[in-house]
Amino acid sequence: MRFAFTDDQIALREAVRDLLAAECPPEVVRAAWPATDGDGQGAGAGARVDAARVDGLWGHLAEMGVFGVLVPEADGGLGFDEVAAAVVLAESGYAAVPHPVVEAMCVVAPATANPAPLRAQVGWGADRLDIVGELVDGAVADFGSAVDPDRIGTLRATMGTAAQLIGLGRRMLDIAVAYVTEREQFGVPIGSFQAVKHHLADARLALEFAAPAVWRAAWSLATGADTADRDVSMAKAMAADAAHLVGRKALQCHGGIGYTVEYDLHLFLKRAWLLERLWGDTAHHRRVVARAIGV
Amino acid sequence: MDLTWSDAQEAFRTEAHDWLRESFAAWQADHGGVDAIPSGDTRAGFGIHLDWERRLFENRWAVVSWPKAYGGREATLWEWLIFEEEYYAAGCPPRVTQNGIFLLAPSLFAFANEAQQDHILPRMAAGEDTWCQGWSEPNAGSDLASLTTRATRTEGGWILNGQKTWTTRGAFSTHLFGLFRTDPTAERHRGLSYLLVPLDTPGVTVRGFGRLDGDEGFAEVFFEDAFLPDDALPGGVLLGEEGQGWKVAMSTTSSERGLTLRSPGRFLATARRLINAWGAMPETFRAEHAALGDRITGVWMQAEAYQMQTYQTVTGTVEGRPSGAESSLVKLWWSELDVELHECAMDLIGVGALAEGPWTKGYQFSLSGPIYAGTNEVQRNVVAERVLGLPRK
Repeated sequence: MRFAFTDDQIALREAVRDLLAAECPPEVVRAAWPATDGDGQGAGAGARVDAARVDGLWGHLAEMGVFGVLVPEADGGLGFDEVAAAVVLAESGYAAVPHPVVEAMCVVAPATANPAPLRAQVGWGADRLDIVGELVDGAVADFGSAVDPDRIGTLRATMGTAAQLIGLGRRMLDIAVAYVTEREQFGVPIGSFQAVKHHLADARLALEFAAPAVWRAAWSLATGADTADRDVSMAKAMAADAAHLVGRKALQCHGGIGYTVEYDLHLFLKRAWLLERLWGDTAHHRRVVARAIGV
Repeated sequence: MDLTWSDAQEAFRTEAHDWLRESFAAWQADHGGVDAIPSGDTRAGFGIHLDWERRLFENRWAVVSWPKAYGGREATLWEWLIFEEEYYAAGCPPRVTQNGIFLLAPSLFAFANEAQQDHILPRMAAGEDTWCQGWSEPNAGSDLASLTTRATRTEGGWILNGQKTWTTRGAFSTHLFGLFRTDPTAERHRGLSYLLVPLDTPGVTVRGFGRLDGDEGFAEVFFEDAFLPDDALPGGVLLGEEGQGWKVAMSTTSSERGLTLRSPGRFLATARRLINAWGAMPETFRAEHAALGDRITGVWMQAEAYQMQTYQTVTGTVEGRPSGAESSLVKLWWSELDVELHECAMDLIGVGALAEGPWTKGYQFSLSGPIYAGTNEVQRNVVAERVLGLPRK
């Protein structure tokens, strides 16, 4: 029994974390949004970067081999298992990478034995496009259903989405903690108020117990456990609930400043809203668990 | 990541599983069957449950992780977890010795001298001495450091004055471990000492009173010029050094909040019983109560997640990365989970839930979880300040 990541997995996580800190700061996430909304106002006004950095990010990830985590070394991949995939995808969630990384890593690359699919070959399915376009960004409109995910691909992508939700939750909590520590009202940091403390303690609590559920689901997939379907659904349901709660708490603790497009929080918040619904929503996954445990 | 058990661990599980099931059934039969045995938190039930504790002790199952010299098996933390899973899966009762073996013992291992350990630990494990926790006072609950019960140094011992309250099983216990103010000039957590007090000491009066569930599970303990001799226990009555009581007590607090008091096995077993109760309801009921089914699925997931988080924590502990204030997260999780588990059961049973029964008992007891061992409001402050790093003021 050992419930912890290996040194290799930690090294991979650190490498991906460093890459994303450099290449996927919030202004890159912001640049993936449509330039204007219906009224012609810039959604990301004030923080534009060259849109080429958004496209370039895909190349950086491919170069590092991130999409090939689950592709055998013989096919040019990294030959890791689902636990490593979970570790990497939590980082992509933390950075809110504005690309379909889960789909590339968990579905397209293993199915095509291609560790570095092109961005144009990967995307969210057409049936999900409207949600994606409205809520998150405009950069995913070019997907054709080139690869139809099989059971394992679906389970991997569902687990991977859960891992991203953990990362998103951690990011939103970090943003909120930093904010309430600095922001002063009534002459003191608002983070000294019990009501604010309790909001963020609840957020931390949800993440503390959802994350191990995701790592366990990854391990179940990696070992072909009989309980893999149940464990993946539990992970997705718990991670979605946790990220949703953290998002609500983080937004509330920011007051009016969080309720603006200039502030970064919404970039992460809206991505979490999307991922909660991708690869099966929470109601679906709770039903899967319920059937498995005899409820 | 490796979520499998070794052959030795599986063998340990099998041994525990078989002994617990057989012996628990025998104990119940010897006391007139399951329905005839009162709660261990009642005067009538306490002695019967001590008999269970003695059976555990005689077969080295009372304190599996302790040294063999004190009645244990020197089991690893992993084996202890396995034992707990099997214990509650077999339906065995809450431990009436728990305040001693789970709360005092960790402090004894860390701070007691050899004479104290040699005398106290085996008698505690055997259920010969039973220990209650003397911390809370009428005006010192969550704000424990404001306690005022005094211990004044005198020739050959201490003079005790003051009052403790909400002392669980105090009315049935033989000994009390508690915090006393030994330096009246020092404030708050300074000037406190950790004393071990036989409850038959003259000047000590114990008065049991009813908890919410009607059991005499609580006691008030009055100290009126009670003389506690230094040699009341071999090795002395002071645990740790004079004035260091807070430090000694905090080592117990993290045990109480975290894993050792409420391991995941207990909640997984409750969740399993809840699912069985759901499955026994008519199809029409289940169709009409689909929302309840969803909640039951939710609490099962929470219990399962607690198991996974525990495996993660124990891995860290055995690899030299012990957790600190994170124990407050654990206390929040299990205490609120326990309430939700029992609320589901109450809703499942319907009006009948208001009659006496194991679920009703369990529900009333679960409601104490968010209060004892530091209220959950205090735990949330701890999480915010010590885990997240938010400003205290």
